[in-house]
Amino acid sequence: MTTLLEATQVKHFFGGLCAVADFNLDLQTGQLMGVIGPNGAGKTTVFNLITGVYQASEGSIRFKGTELVGKTPHQITALRIGRTFQNIRLFRDLSVLDNVRIAHYAQADYSPLEALLHMGRYRREEQRIIENSQRLLSIFKLEALAGETARNLPYGLQRRLEIARALAIGPELLLLDEPAAGMNPNEIDQLMEFIQWIRQEFKLTILLIEHQMKLVMGICERIKVLDFGETLAEGPPEAIQNDPKVLEAYLGEGPVG
Amino acid sequence: MNALLRNHWEWLLEQRWLLPGLLGIGFVLAFAIPEYNLLNKYVQLVLMYLGINIILAVSLNLVNGYMGEFSLAHAGFMAVGAYTAALLTMKVLPMAAYPGLFPLAVLAGGLAAALMGLIVAIPSFKVRGDYLAIITLAFLMIVKSVIENIDYIGGPRGIPGIKRLTTLPWVFFWVVVSVWVVRNFVYSKYGRGVLSIREDEIASDLMSVNTRRVKFLAFMTSSFFAGIAGALFAHLLQFISPRVFDIIKTTDILIMVYLGGIASITGSIIGATLYTVLLEILRPSTVAGLLSWLPAMVFDPLNEYFIRHLGVWRMVIMPLLLVLVMLYWPRGIMGLREFRGFIPRRDREAHHRLTTPEKRGTP
Repeated sequence: MTTLLEATQVKHFFGGLCAVADFNLDLQTGQLMGVIGPNGAGKTTVFNLITGVYQASEGSIRFKGTELVGKTPHQITALRIGRTFQNIRLFRDLSVLDNVRIAHYAQADYSPLEALLHMGRYRREEQRIIENSQRLLSIFKLEALAGETARNLPYGLQRRLEIARALAIGPELLLLDEPAAGMNPNEIDQLMEFIQWIRQEFKLTILLIEHQMKLVMGICERIKVLDFGETLAEGPPEAIQNDPKVLEAYLGEGPVG
Repeated sequence: MNALLRNHWEWLLEQRWLLPGLLGIGFVLAFAIPEYNLLNKYVQLVLMYLGINIILAVSLNLVNGYMGEFSLAHAGFMAVGAYTAALLTMKVLPMAAYPGLFPLAVLAGGLAAALMGLIVAIPSFKVRGDYLAIITLAFLMIVKSVIENIDYIGGPRGIPGIKRLTTLPWVFFWVVVSVWVVRNFVYSKYGRGVLSIREDEIASDLMSVNTRRVKFLAFMTSSFFAGIAGALFAHLLQFISPRVFDIIKTTDILIMVYLGGIASITGSIIGATLYTVLLEILRPSTVAGLLSWLPAMVFDPLNEYFIRHLGVWRMVIMPLLLVLVMLYWPRGIMGLREFRGFIPRRDREAHHRLTTPEKRGTP
């Protein structure tokens, strides 16, 4: 196993507020790791630091040896890191197909002049993008909705489309931000199977944020617990479940699952 | 009967020869109309202004419609194009010896405006919405006052006596080029990037769209065609001054875009057509003619205070029209919709192949 994503001593401040303090991560290729923690623990901030939405105040984040701190989000994404969002952020007024096609931007290999004058690699590349998008949509059983406007999709399908869009980047690392938010226990069971399946099918390394203990304990190989920007504990699910510090800060607050 | 007509219409739209055919007829007409005076001189003139307005509306729609920004700088880009081209034909290029150099001057006008577009694109990386609108307004004012203060190009008096070099075929040519290029842009990865910026810029960036590059391209393409339109306009009106390219000119173009519909090439063509025709109808003599049936008691004061001063009233009516359209009809006539002929076959089929397979085929 090799390290795919490595974060060392990452700190991030919002003004005077320390949102992330001394964050370290060693994510192995092929691993499925979960990040949990109470609200405001800095989980989404970590995702935003990895994908370049925020620039880390201190520390370094390396993806396959490439330093990510200092790069823009599209540069980082083009290195094949895909992500979804806590509150779904689809392009709501665009079609389902266009949502997936947009994520092919970095892969489409043609110049502005070729696009404006409709020549060269433009046609071939556009055809390839359409075929790849349709392949993804049919894997996700969304092909019949290709022409539908994204905002008209029911909530569950919007979640699914968002994952399809993230996979259109061709990611090696997939960041899922609360994929089970707003789902009932039955849907969560399906989602767990689904995540396992795309992981196999697309050979993904997955880092996910989740509040649903059932999902986290069910599928993650390692779990990292954050609280107030600091790492409380890290280890396999069984160890986390029995860690007294974690129980006090997080699991002890209410019934588990 | 209705169904039969619709079937034929569908069949017609599916034909590959349709667009080249229409273009061919258009070009033949563009040459034949002035040559054989098929239409009277006045209608020919209106047609040329209509073409220029279509170029302006289609190009502004790229930034204001597809990208969802509110740029007020379009008349400024037009001014840059107009002055560049006019100076070239009057002072630089040996037009007397080589009258064929006119297209070169027009192209130079477009390129100069595109360069300005590059500069205006830079603040758009930092600011959006109202603040970008204010910056573009400032740009428009700067262009105007710079021109006013350079004596070499006539200062506030402008440049009179420009040769009338703009012809119907040239206008038609540039309308076709602008519509074609903007269409190609919109249905490329850059066009989808522009749309995704309108929807959610951060998500767009996180889906690998190079938002800066896309904004550069959108502003440059948009201002390039504004410059082309300005160059054609200068060589049709034969007189340009800073006052021609003020905020009222921008307002005109904004009305065409929002009336026709945002993010729609068809909409911009319809908007420009409606607006140009409306403006011609609203001339004092035409309106007086249309209302002459009114009793003298009503007509005379109306004529005295309103109709005879329509030129001034226009400054009130047109911005008011813009306010009303944006309040009650924000998407305009064709908002976010497109005539099928403009959508690449590839795109149409990908959106419909799986949803409605039975719709395809011959009648």
